[in-house]
Amino acid sequence: MTEPLLDTQLLEVNLGPQHPSTHGVFRMQALLDGETIVKLKPVMGYLHRNHEQLGEGMTYIASFPFTDRLDYFCAMTNNLGLALAIEQLAGGIEVPERAQYIRVIMSELTRLVNHTAVIGFLLNDMGAFGTPLLYAFREREKILDLFEMASGSRMMCNYIRPGGVREDVPEGFLERASRIVAEYPRFLDEFEALLTQNEIIRQRAQHVGVLSKELAINASITGPMLRASGVDYDIRKVDGYGIYPRFAFRIPLGTVGDVYDRYYVRILEMRESVAILQQALKEIPPGPSISPKGLQLVKSPRTFRPPKGAEAYGRIESPKGELGFFLASDGSPQPYRYHVRAPSFINLTVLEDLCLGHKVADVIIILGSIDIVMGEVDR
Amino acid sequence: MMVDEGLKSELRKQGVYVTTWDQLVNWGRSNSIWPLQFGLACCAIEMIATAASRYDIARFGSEIFRASPRQADLMIVAGTVTKKMAPQVVRLYNQMAEPKYVISMGACATSGGPFHKGYNVLKGIDRYIPVDVYIPGCPPTPEALLDGLMRLQERIKARPFKAAMDEKQGEYAVPAYGDRGLLPRYNPGVWRPPTLPPVVATATPTSSASSSTPPSGPGLGRGPRRLYFSGPVGGMFAPHGASWRGPRACPWGST
Amino acid sequence: MPVGLHLMRPALEGLKSAVEGGLPGVTLQLEGSVLMVEAKDVPRVCRFLKDTPAYEMDYLANLTAIDYPPDTLEVVYHLCSMRQKHGPVALRVKLPRANPVIASVTPIWRGAEFQEREVYDLFGVIFEGHPDLRRILMWEGFKGHPMRKDYVPEDQDAPDERA
Repeated sequence: MTEPLLDTQLLEVNLGPQHPSTHGVFRMQALLDGETIVKLKPVMGYLHRNHEQLGEGMTYIASFPFTDRLDYFCAMTNNLGLALAIEQLAGGIEVPERAQYIRVIMSELTRLVNHTAVIGFLLNDMGAFGTPLLYAFREREKILDLFEMASGSRMMCNYIRPGGVREDVPEGFLERASRIVAEYPRFLDEFEALLTQNEIIRQRAQHVGVLSKELAINASITGPMLRASGVDYDIRKVDGYGIYPRFAFRIPLGTVGDVYDRYYVRILEMRESVAILQQALKEIPPGPSISPKGLQLVKSPRTFRPPKGAEAYGRIESPKGELGFFLASDGSPQPYRYHVRAPSFINLTVLEDLCLGHKVADVIIILGSIDIVMGEVDR
Repeated sequence: MMVDEGLKSELRKQGVYVTTWDQLVNWGRSNSIWPLQFGLACCAIEMIATAASRYDIARFGSEIFRASPRQADLMIVAGTVTKKMAPQVVRLYNQMAEPKYVISMGACATSGGPFHKGYNVLKGIDRYIPVDVYIPGCPPTPEALLDGLMRLQERIKARPFKAAMDEKQGEYAVPAYGDRGLLPRYNPGVWRPPTLPPVVATATPTSSASSSTPPSGPGLGRGPRRLYFSGPVGGMFAPHGASWRGPRACPWGST
Repeated sequence: MPVGLHLMRPALEGLKSAVEGGLPGVTLQLEGSVLMVEAKDVPRVCRFLKDTPAYEMDYLANLTAIDYPPDTLEVVYHLCSMRQKHGPVALRVKLPRANPVIASVTPIWRGAEFQEREVYDLFGVIFEGHPDLRRILMWEGFKGHPMRKDYVPEDQDAPDERA
């Protein structure tokens, strides 16, 4: 047994809250033995904007712009989650067919936007300084143009309402969306050709940050991170909300549960989203974009008073995981309790477990593969 | 001091270009502002989109977003500043080297934005550090951020270099975490809460409805109303005479 | 309403009788579609629901709290099963507002770790048995529990005491 030549000490280092990795204001207190992580505690709350407290002071509809700002990459799906919760709370508001299709189209476009950007950021963290990110943002901009066409804003769309959507998509939207979706597989091929078989990515990402199936289920992990560990749980299939049961799409599952699997599961999910989009864009029927009950709720929010004691938990498969909205009513137009079950927040539970024994550089890419957005973590 | 235009054009015909030292340095400085990579919330994504290939902030000189405050000229505070994060923002600002500038991007950094009614949201970063340009929007589109950057460039070109170097000397007080908020609540050398003057109820023409005295108080009554903007006006201009007042003494000196 | 978002009432009644049958001394109340559990029974009920093969509630979807001044604080659990793909089942526990103490379910579901810290931070509920119960969203020296209905935030424009 050789004696260590140097007398070493453990070093406590702060990663964040301001750091070059683009994941927002997130701090990790790491205890390092050389470069190896011995202990890691995440510290959050630097973007705690008391979203839930604000929700208690506003009507149900008035919270929609604030849901945009939770997971600020995926505004449309956040809106959809709250709309589902309100529909449940009201005892079921019917949603017309066209609106259902529009909702699916917007959700899947959001999934494309989110996964593209996340892979761009993950590659940025790995050290491919900017190039995959610029490719990703190039595609993202095309879809953001679509969002701007439909809702008026690139990111904070505030578009989906209980009972349907705020207004019908404008002329030319469907053609433009079909064109972009038709070109997307070629972009994915280009992306994959550069990245998936890339030696550097395989060396850096495979067998790094391995998450076992049992720990993933026990730690309430959801989303691509869960599926990369091999658990078949996608709320679009499990709950079948909206009209998702009509679409034929597969759920990609990983085998090892490392950073590479999480990256590859996202690429495959994007391909499945393209399939759903092609189907939806072909089958979308004409019709109203919001049901009368939903329209009435939107036009006079203060008349919507669910009975005292009513509660609802509406959840969707957002690109990051299970996004749930818990609403409890007391008979007034404002929710008595409004809670957001944020996937990024809960997915961070296992950050320390994944990082132990790895190097500091690996921590950055593990964090990137978990895919967090601080607006959602801190609400 | 400007060079006479006639002389300038005459000399240029001879192939001689004449300018002042300030103009030359400011031209160089304003076209190579390096921002600090400091995104807080949603506005950060629009900032990254501005840096991406479609809007391309690099053509304005802000090619590289520096991670270290020592190497950055400009801090774009993009996103909501919470009370938990505010001390870190001020510390980073203190660590930047002069001349340094701050762009407050978005409604949240300007005044708390849509989240202002919160127990953890700071109502504007200008409570603790001096802001040069405010950009409204939630989030401002990349074009708006580029416009704000261009206005900052104009401001840089308009001030003599030496004055800019002397201006923001000293460390700005870093707030500490208190029981329910930050202590101090704002830096009085940088910002003061707006005060409204008392509204004087002027004599209104007698109406047929009633002859009782009209209600008084801000916003009520039929008298002439004065809109009072104090402190920074939201918008892309740092207001003249309000916060851009010229060389400012260090906040720890006599104010 | 799509099936799966709420377990229908007969299924909830079946669950209630299964729990009461399997755990002597435990009674649940079924109010609407919510099962009310007593605070002292929470660890046993949760472990039963997780381990029983019929239900296999291995996934804690959501853990939060609601403040009902002046007397009660309620902790809400939403449980699902990832293997059998059913749920969510809503459980609620009433706690006295003056002394809200309950056993932590983190040893049963690791996913409760951050959510219980958040409930402690914002509501003041103490979870016994939690490995690391400290504030998560507010800073360490913060006093008070901001999401309680009687919390008054500071006035940021008021004159500074220390000035």
